Amino acid sequence: MNTIIIEAGRTEKNYWADLWHYRELFLVLAWRDVSVRYKQTLIGILWAFLRPLLTMIVFTVIFGRIARLPSDGNTPYAVMVFAAMLPWSLFSNSLTDSANSLISNTNLISKVYFPRLIIPAATLITTFIDFVISFVILIAIMIYYHVVPDCRILLLPFFLIMALLASLGPGLWITALNVKYRDFRHVIPFVVQFGIYVSPVGFSSNIVPEQWRLLYSLNPLVGVIDGFRWCLLGGESPLYLPGLLLSLTVITLFLWLGISRFRRTEKTFADLI
Amino acid sequence: MSDIVIRAERLGKKYIIGRHAQNDSYLALRDVLMKNAKSVWSKTRDLLRGNPVIQGDAMEEVWALKDVSFEIQRGEAVGIIGRNGAGKSTLLKILSRITEPSAGRVAIDGRVVSLLEVGTGFHPELSGRENIYLNGTILGMTRKEIKRKFDEIVAFAEVEKYLDTPVKRYSSGMYVRLAFAVAAHLEPEILVVDEVLAVGDLSFQKKCLGKMEDVARGGRTVLFVSHNMGAIQMLCRKTMLLKNGSLVMIRDSGDAIAQYLSDSRKDREGQIRLAPTGSDAFFTGISIRNSSGEICSEIDVSRSLTISFEYKILRPIRGLEVSFSLFNQCGSKIFYCPQSTSIHHYKNEYPPGEYVGSVEIPGNFLAPGSYTITAGIHQPNIQLFDGRQHVIGFQIVECGSQHYAFDGQDIGSVLVDFPWRIRCLPDGENVSVN
Repeated sequence: MNTIIIEAGRTEKNYWADLWHYRELFLVLAWRDVSVRYKQTLIGILWAFLRPLLTMIVFTVIFGRIARLPSDGNTPYAVMVFAAMLPWSLFSNSLTDSANSLISNTNLISKVYFPRLIIPAATLITTFIDFVISFVILIAIMIYYHVVPDCRILLLPFFLIMALLASLGPGLWITALNVKYRDFRHVIPFVVQFGIYVSPVGFSSNIVPEQWRLLYSLNPLVGVIDGFRWCLLGGESPLYLPGLLLSLTVITLFLWLGISRFRRTEKTFADLI
Repeated sequence: MSDIVIRAERLGKKYIIGRHAQNDSYLALRDVLMKNAKSVWSKTRDLLRGNPVIQGDAMEEVWALKDVSFEIQRGEAVGIIGRNGAGKSTLLKILSRITEPSAGRVAIDGRVVSLLEVGTGFHPELSGRENIYLNGTILGMTRKEIKRKFDEIVAFAEVEKYLDTPVKRYSSGMYVRLAFAVAAHLEPEILVVDEVLAVGDLSFQKKCLGKMEDVARGGRTVLFVSHNMGAIQMLCRKTMLLKNGSLVMIRDSGDAIAQYLSDSRKDREGQIRLAPTGSDAFFTGISIRNSSGEICSEIDVSRSLTISFEYKILRPIRGLEVSFSLFNQCGSKIFYCPQSTSIHHYKNEYPPGEYVGSVEIPGNFLAPGSYTITAGIHQPNIQLFDGRQHVIGFQIVECGSQHYAFDGQDIGSVLVDFPWRIRCLPDGENVSVN
């Protein structure tokens, strides 16, 4: 028989084991979010197609045609933009959903115990499914433009996880703060709106002057997006390694910060929410 | 068998409440700006350090629970009683790990399932079938377990026909039945139940109580919070009495309930003021007067008493009902007395205002003993605006009535003098044929 000791200020020794124990709840919550998402919608799953597609068209027209920014190598501009839209919408959707996740599950938090980390983590699944749908569009676009990826595409899961972790770190921190201070929810739309222009979504990061390149990579999305393009565009888009490492460092830092802040406040959620 | 499953040692829970100091009578714009700037600075500092941020200038500690120690053995059903704010819910929340204690420790042996609400996590858009899985998992069942019990749950809830309908289209009765059916099929080692049984109609409540009894008999440990003394007495051998966050006693249910009710009586002295609850209709005070009109909590058995309820209504509410129930010292309900049945042409619309409603209880009706009153303002079956359990008590004392010979004996709760008709049977007529 395992004995549970509840004590003031006690940090759970088997926190991560406990998390594993609640994996079914994690899956069920993710499944709930996915299945609720498209109920009572008219065109349902089409939304997941439409949003990135329309953004891609706008960006291609504005940056590619009107501003005449250069593409990566010989890649068609639309493909280059869409290869960045994938990680960007993955990041921005997970950030938005995870940051609001605790607030929208108030009733669970105040009535049942489970490791609270499950809630923001489960939202990642929903956005991942949107990602898969968008990926299908990308394949269609690539076939249309005759862009053939090479074996680098096998490294895509690495950058995929990087994008998810990049959103989870700040997401955890903000959702924990959101429990007590509802002003933090206003931060997210701002970050997302701002971020799409600050990150190399509509343009190639190669147009950033060389001396600013490393500084630019402080934005963790730069490493993620560059990585996606490197994987998908068949060598037309070179990878800037120091920048990638810096982005990785920033992501790790935020993840550590997010998890530690989250765990520190986790036990008081029920009192505050 | 002394097999202790829950051992709590000096358990405490503290809340910090911020308060705005109210001593500055002169307020210049400059002062206000300075004060706000200072408070923004201190909030930012606290935030960066990860300290709790306090709104206001002064903070106050409130102990919702203090120095509570107890031991509970395996297979015991223990009731928890106490007035509103005594710390019952806080205790349950600590035991079910929803919130962390500020002091002390608890050691728990086994899987705890807490049922603080019926239908936690139900999603209105999802179908009944989906919600069974969702709710079951949230309450700690595995998918296999749910699959195994699925038919049983559906049968218990009586919703076979509507399994694939979103629960938002369910009637509230179906909703509650389904939710309880899931909860009823949990197999926890330790079950922690808050006043979830206070929902639903009477027959449903009976079903719930029956299920709880099964659980308790099945050798599992049950902790049960309720204001329903009858249910506590029926289900639990032992009961914990909490008062202002401290444990008064943990003893036989009968003793604890008697102590609880007599406490309520002593505290009150026949009159109580009540703070607004924030809802649109609430009690402001309740008083008990003897036949001479004095506020008093000890009433002569042969004299009448008047119970007055002062209440305030903030907006017109249709079909509002003000009612009270009288409980005896064992916590059994003696009667229920609503306004609507006694007033002819009962107004359907209750205009806003302050009211006093009183009821006179005649002398020689209630037997000597202690009684408590539970009062409520509600729209029947729709909404409860204010409900006060055992809010005030009084004592009927024997002052030499015709029943004085029975003083100290259990003669029930109401005095009756139904006429007896007695006739003497002639000899032979009462000889039965063998």
